[in-house]
Amino acid sequence: MTLAIFLIQCLNALQYGLLLFLVASGLTLIFGIMGVINLAHGSFYMIGAYMAYALAPWVAASLGGGFFTTLGIGLVLAVLFGYVLEWAFFSFLYEREHLQQVLMTYGLILVFEELRSMLVGDDVHGVAPPPLLAGTLPLGELMTYPVYRLFISGVCLALALGMYFVFTRTRLGMMIRAGSTNREMVQSLGVDIKFLYRVVFAAGVAIAVLAGMVAAPVSSVYPGMGSTVLIICFVVVVIGGIGSIRGALVASLLIGVVDTFGKVLLPEAAGVLVYVLMAGILLWRPDGLFRAG
Amino acid sequence: MDKGKLLFVIVAFAALAAYPFVAGKFGVDLVTKIMILAVFALSLELLVGTTGLICFGQAAFFGIGAYATVLLSPESEPASVAWLLPACVLLAALYALAVGALSLRTKGVYFIMVTLAFAQMAYYVVHDTTLAGGTDGIYLNAKPALGAWLDLSKPLVLYAFCLVSLMAVFGFLAVLLRSRFGHALAGIKANEQRMRAAGFSTYPYKLAAFTISGALAGLAGFLFAVKDGYVNPELLSWHQSGAVLIMIILGGLGHLRGALIGAFAFALLQELFKSEAVFGEFARHWLLGMGLTIIVSVALLPRGLVGVPGQLRARLLGARPQREASDD
Repeated sequence: MTLAIFLIQCLNALQYGLLLFLVASGLTLIFGIMGVINLAHGSFYMIGAYMAYALAPWVAASLGGGFFTTLGIGLVLAVLFGYVLEWAFFSFLYEREHLQQVLMTYGLILVFEELRSMLVGDDVHGVAPPPLLAGTLPLGELMTYPVYRLFISGVCLALALGMYFVFTRTRLGMMIRAGSTNREMVQSLGVDIKFLYRVVFAAGVAIAVLAGMVAAPVSSVYPGMGSTVLIICFVVVVIGGIGSIRGALVASLLIGVVDTFGKVLLPEAAGVLVYVLMAGILLWRPDGLFRAG
Repeated sequence: MDKGKLLFVIVAFAALAAYPFVAGKFGVDLVTKIMILAVFALSLELLVGTTGLICFGQAAFFGIGAYATVLLSPESEPASVAWLLPACVLLAALYALAVGALSLRTKGVYFIMVTLAFAQMAYYVVHDTTLAGGTDGIYLNAKPALGAWLDLSKPLVLYAFCLVSLMAVFGFLAVLLRSRFGHALAGIKANEQRMRAAGFSTYPYKLAAFTISGALAGLAGFLFAVKDGYVNPELLSWHQSGAVLIMIILGGLGHLRGALIGAFAFALLQELFKSEAVFGEFARHWLLGMGLTIIVSVALLPRGLVGVPGQLRARLLGARPQREASDD
């Protein structure tokens, strides 16, 4: 493996890891704060990718806008969608057992997948990256690296920093942290916990949708992409420690590296490696790397 | 077990025994499949409903049982049920023993995920390598038999064999739950710390339950492979683990009947939504109907189908729903 290839794989690992982090952070927040196991979280990623595919022609025709206008519209739709979804389905689940939550959100996955199949069909589609970012950067003498992948990493990093800021420096972040530690106490201090939940849920959905939209030009859009991401994100959340954003970041990057280099060095075993890693870490630390609370 | 429950079980098994006399080829085939799913669901019920261990990787044991059936069978002549069946069950139990020994160190949501991870490992080994046919799956060339009278390639013989297996598993679990061992498992579900304080070392009990559960899932896998004559990696996928979990929750946790009812309800709903006679063009999107049914049933039936009579009674008599004794 030459230095240039090694570098490219490192960048790929970083990009994949950060993308995973975006989806997993919503999952870990929703679990850590609301105590809901949301199997449908991967569907939001899928919905995002399909929005990038399906909204683009419509946006181009009616607004004349490009990729970034589509992103913006998708994000607004995602927040609305998350808000309504929490109100309609998830607000019933807080008092229920984990198993009931698994059942309900499994049902939601089926509904989302079939609605997707009815609206857009079951074909694999490509999504074109915006012309501004379609080029490549030279790397070494023979290799090039697509600019768009760097853009993904940049967006993810910016979002991660933004989340860090909201969590540690704002009043909302303080309420969220307090809510994940002791729900009843926060409520008795006069915080509208229902509204807080709705905001966190909508934000989690929006981030997952955004991740899907940004990833669409690289991964293309295909049926079943949601459940693939979901399972890997669960691995991330469990390795990192449930409810811990920092843990999710470390675990996503770890999985990004293991998966990317696994595919290069040991292609036969690449699928298994991530799970071996998870089993190993859990046997060493049964509560994940950074357990919140 | 009170009289009502006993009556339900007896009537259910009697109906299953009588069914082939009135049903056609399609019906026999469908009910055979459902009975196999019921064995699978019962294996998980021992873990989830009885011991309180939520295993999200049950499909691995099922799949290993199924793959062992095909891989151990000789190329062209039928294998003998007498050694093939125990061998498949044993292999699934061994894998369950190894997985259980490691994953029982974790608790709660972590346990759910570790069992899923081990199942995914098995899935990828089958899916990505050439050890067992890869993504194409493998065919079972000759279905196993035992002498001339037990030829499992005949649908009616297979039906009877599956029915007897289901009854045996049901009876075995019913007896097990009444034994000292079963009471210990119920105690672990209710309050594990208290069990430990009372002097029970809970780990061996949980491990034993996990291994037995894996063995029973392996039995279901064996039956499934014999029925279909074909195995593919999807048998080990997490969708399969999810589906069997849905069955027992839909039926009602904490009751052996629940697993039985859940398997039937799940499979029949699937047939209903897939049927073009009822839904026409829309049958292609049968998963939508399944999804909506699951969501509605969570909203309306928090205790599963088993709890429906209690809920109805409460609704009609205006009484508050009685908290049923949590385990039978």
